[in-house]
Amino acid sequence: MTAHLPILQVLIPLMAAPLCVVFRHRDIAWIIVLLVSLISFVISTMILDQVLTQGVISYFMGDWPAPWGIEFRIDAVNAYILLIVSAIGAVVAFYGRHSVTREVPRDLIYLFYTAFLLCLTGLLGMTATGDAFNLFVFLEISSLSTYAMISLGKDRRALTASYQYLIMGTLGATFYVIGLGLLYMMTGTLNIVDLHAKLLDMDGSIRTLQAALAFLTVGLSLKLALFPLHLWLPNAYTYAPSSVTAFLAATATKVAVYVMLRVFFTIFGVDIFEETGLAPVLMTLAIAGMFVASTVAIFQNDMKRLLAYSSVAQIGYIMLGISFLNVTGVSAGIVHLLNHAVMKCAAFLAMGCFMYRVGSVQIEDLHGIGKKMPWTMAAFVVAGLSLIGVPLTVGFISKWYLIQAAMEADMMPIALLILLSSLLAVVYVWRFIEVAYFKEPANPSLKIKEAPLSMLIPLWVMAGASIYFGVDTDMTLGVAQLAAEMLVGGAP
Amino acid sequence: MQYNEIINPGLYNYWIVIFLMMIGFYIVIARGNLVKKLVGLNIFQTSVFVLYISMGKVVGGTAPIFGEGFEVFSNPLPHVLILTAIVVGVATTALGLSLVVRIREAYGTIEEEDIHAQEEDF
Amino acid sequence: MSMELSIILAMAIPAVGAVLIALSGRIPNLRETITLLTAIALFLNVLNLLGPVLDGERPEVHLLDMFPGLAIAFKVEPLGMMFSLIASGLWILNSIYSIGYMRGNKEKHQTRFYICFAIAISATLGLAYSANLLTLFIFYEVLTFSTYPLVSHKGNETALKGARTYLGILVTTSVAFLFFAIAWTYSATGTLDFVDGGILGGKVEGPLMGLLLMLFIYGIGKAAVMPVHRWLPAAMVAPTPVSALLHAVAVVKSGVFSVVKVIVYTFGIDNLVTSGSADWLVYISGFTIIAASMVALRQDNLKRRLAYSTISQLSYVVLAAAILTPISAVGAALHIAAHAFGKITLFFAAGSIYTAAHKTEVSQLNGIGWKMPITMTAFAIGALSMIGLPPTAGFVSKWYIIQGAMSSENFVALSVVILSTLLNAGYFLPIIYAAFFRQAEPKGPDDHGGHHDHHGEAPLPIVIAITSTATLTILMFFFPDVALELAQQMIGGIQ
Repeated sequence: MTAHLPILQVLIPLMAAPLCVVFRHRDIAWIIVLLVSLISFVISTMILDQVLTQGVISYFMGDWPAPWGIEFRIDAVNAYILLIVSAIGAVVAFYGRHSVTREVPRDLIYLFYTAFLLCLTGLLGMTATGDAFNLFVFLEISSLSTYAMISLGKDRRALTASYQYLIMGTLGATFYVIGLGLLYMMTGTLNIVDLHAKLLDMDGSIRTLQAALAFLTVGLSLKLALFPLHLWLPNAYTYAPSSVTAFLAATATKVAVYVMLRVFFTIFGVDIFEETGLAPVLMTLAIAGMFVASTVAIFQNDMKRLLAYSSVAQIGYIMLGISFLNVTGVSAGIVHLLNHAVMKCAAFLAMGCFMYRVGSVQIEDLHGIGKKMPWTMAAFVVAGLSLIGVPLTVGFISKWYLIQAAMEADMMPIALLILLSSLLAVVYVWRFIEVAYFKEPANPSLKIKEAPLSMLIPLWVMAGASIYFGVDTDMTLGVAQLAAEMLVGGAP
Repeated sequence: MQYNEIINPGLYNYWIVIFLMMIGFYIVIARGNLVKKLVGLNIFQTSVFVLYISMGKVVGGTAPIFGEGFEVFSNPLPHVLILTAIVVGVATTALGLSLVVRIREAYGTIEEEDIHAQEEDF
Repeated sequence: MSMELSIILAMAIPAVGAVLIALSGRIPNLRETITLLTAIALFLNVLNLLGPVLDGERPEVHLLDMFPGLAIAFKVEPLGMMFSLIASGLWILNSIYSIGYMRGNKEKHQTRFYICFAIAISATLGLAYSANLLTLFIFYEVLTFSTYPLVSHKGNETALKGARTYLGILVTTSVAFLFFAIAWTYSATGTLDFVDGGILGGKVEGPLMGLLLMLFIYGIGKAAVMPVHRWLPAAMVAPTPVSALLHAVAVVKSGVFSVVKVIVYTFGIDNLVTSGSADWLVYISGFTIIAASMVALRQDNLKRRLAYSTISQLSYVVLAAAILTPISAVGAALHIAAHAFGKITLFFAAGSIYTAAHKTEVSQLNGIGWKMPITMTAFAIGALSMIGLPPTAGFVSKWYIIQGAMSSENFVALSVVILSTLLNAGYFLPIIYAAFFRQAEPKGPDDHGGHHDHHGEAPLPIVIAITSTATLTILMFFFPDVALELAQQMIGGIQ
């Protein structure tokens, strides 16, 4: 049984998805989703335990040995990503019951849950697989179900947002396949470890390789919304149902970042960057994203859109860390990947609570909400402080590491830029906090109650996590350090 | 892996790939009609199919079926991969088209400009 | 009780107090009782540490590693001991005062007020005991954010605007400069601990040392060295107890306390003397002292005048530290205490006048001394301490600063101190004169504020608090022993 955990991790949600369609009932579907996501979570913890005690797990699909068969290969890096994805899946599934009922047309809810399970399958599969083409298939599974989930939002703009995402997402995925094709041409293999071994002997100046890297980078940058390829993200996050937004913001872009890390460091290795000069380009885009997206966020009146732009900026931080190409930098990127997942999930879950009670997340509709929904708002404050990077929240940990990485790379001005851009976060977070606590509600007669407990608990789990991991950093930093050493050190 | 050495040296196919890729890409960017955009996307994806299939070709090779007298086979793996990619492409197109149907129901148009006129922030 | 426990309790007591206050929010009497009990418990707890510290012990607590090799850790050293004594002791008086003030003015959201206050005190204690720059920075930021709701308490546009300035300047400086400076220090030295003699000696080259010091000084915005002082007058929109304890004692003292700590334990005095990197600081702090005093002269709003006086007095501490002699460092430490007692008295008086007479401007105070004799007498004592005249605490600290300036033949510092003494007298004495020796102007018939003219003293809690702090101001002149001993132990560590 335990030997088959890697495939069960992916297979269970996949098999459960059609079940939802069979029953065609929203409550049953919800129970299935909840059960499956909990099982996934348990499996991912078992896998992690196995990886930490016994080392890398290699699982050969149908017992065809790699590199011919498809291999699921789980080491410390993706074991943790699996854990995050499944944990957030479970939290969001628990949260979703009320929120989804309010924000998705009733007769489509069971389909929504089907798509949710498929999306979970795709994301877990992308993370677990050790085969680059198989990764593409899982990528498309998760993307297609994401488009479907976004289009279920109540606003009609959800449709256009979903369409826009579909076009850009497919372009990104196709770019990825092109890059992979070029790699296959050079090496004749699709297995990630095998690719690494074959590329080790090759000269980084070969143009096909460089073209492959370029295609892969652009394609993945589209998926992870690196500025300026982020255009799909604000609309998609704004109009998707809130629990979808929370789930996507915490997982989808993060898994894409993970894939990017694999491509950069496991497949190509650090040396190719010197050959291509890609790192300065990434760094420039990351910094531009940090400033431009944060500045745009300041001027948003829709909170979900504001947070979406903030996500683009935060992805900039992650990519900046990676572009330093040193261990500290990459671990800063990875730790921020974990931390940002937690805090942004909390922030969007809070938005879901507002959506549930107020029916809107426009800032002017949320005046004085701090008094009406104190617990929800307090959780948002925690998430907001985290976005700013206040000490005792996870944001501070990431920022500290990023700065240290910049110092280590002898780039003092960049350290300063990181700090300055985080000041923009103060502005956009405070804009909301101020009116939420100190402005009188526009419509005082409206009776607004605190969000139901089934939404508050998941919200506070995430908010609590963004404090807990901001103080006790043994686990997150340990993982990031370990992962960065593996990646940068060139171990497959 | 001997096929690497005797792979078809002609670049003809690759020119077609690039040509299709650019056409598709251009349509996606330049066309305002949502269905035409999907057509462009399909052309774009097709170019990738051709890319993969071309690289599987081995000069003088036959279809990869064992039989008397055949020693050289084309590489079947890219073909299989592209079978998967085609399925994915079909699914994407289906989803895209269904979205277009629903957009038309909601907006009464499938022209990007008209939708834009109705919504400020698309 | 072990000292390690006492250190943790120093932060835990107010934090638990905050929770209890939140729970008892519905019953004001219980809530205020809890506040008072918390404050008393905290003070006793801090007092428990005093004896051992005076005996030369330096209790430490290693809480947890935030980053590998970088811990949240606490260590009680003399200066922190003194600071924590002042903050926790004055919290008791301030709580008594708050009860009178908040009720007397029928302020809203009193529960939030008491909660945030307790958290701010908790952060102050954490800052006072921090054993490294990381811990110091953490509590510095917690203090900033926990005081924001207190500054914006009133919730009207003026309060929000003031609070925005407050938060904006403090966060900008701390994130852009202080955080940067700390990260720089860490990458240069590999440690952030406060060590006798400093850690930066020989680690950073020539002019960069000066730059780093500048980052620290302006990063610690709470020290209000010009030109990052604007937040302090802006914070005066807060209710007076906040201005009194936080913006005359806890918050601003956290600023200068951090400056002294950084100069003594991070840079090291010897290092700064040999490298000459701190010379500019004498001029900047001297300029701040003079300029803020000049601005104070022209303020009619009483709290604003006091705020500018605070800016000026804070730079005394910075100046004293920047003179870089042991004796002036003693002066710096003493001035932290002396100014705390004096300035809280002055703010208490300003709040007392506001509560009883609803007057906020200096020009309205003619003849008020006879209606509110206790308040104005206390005000006079506070003012004398600010000027530095005996028999008040201000004289003691100024004496040491002047001694330090003379011993290092720093005539710039010396003339700044003398000139500013004159200026201080210039903006405080007229108030006292007007309060006691001028007749209240006869009111016109259309004056609607008339009903306030028949007021007496402020409510009893206010009078108790104000009398106590004024007494403390005088007592410190006659019995400066404990403060002096702590200050000398601090420089004992330096030499």
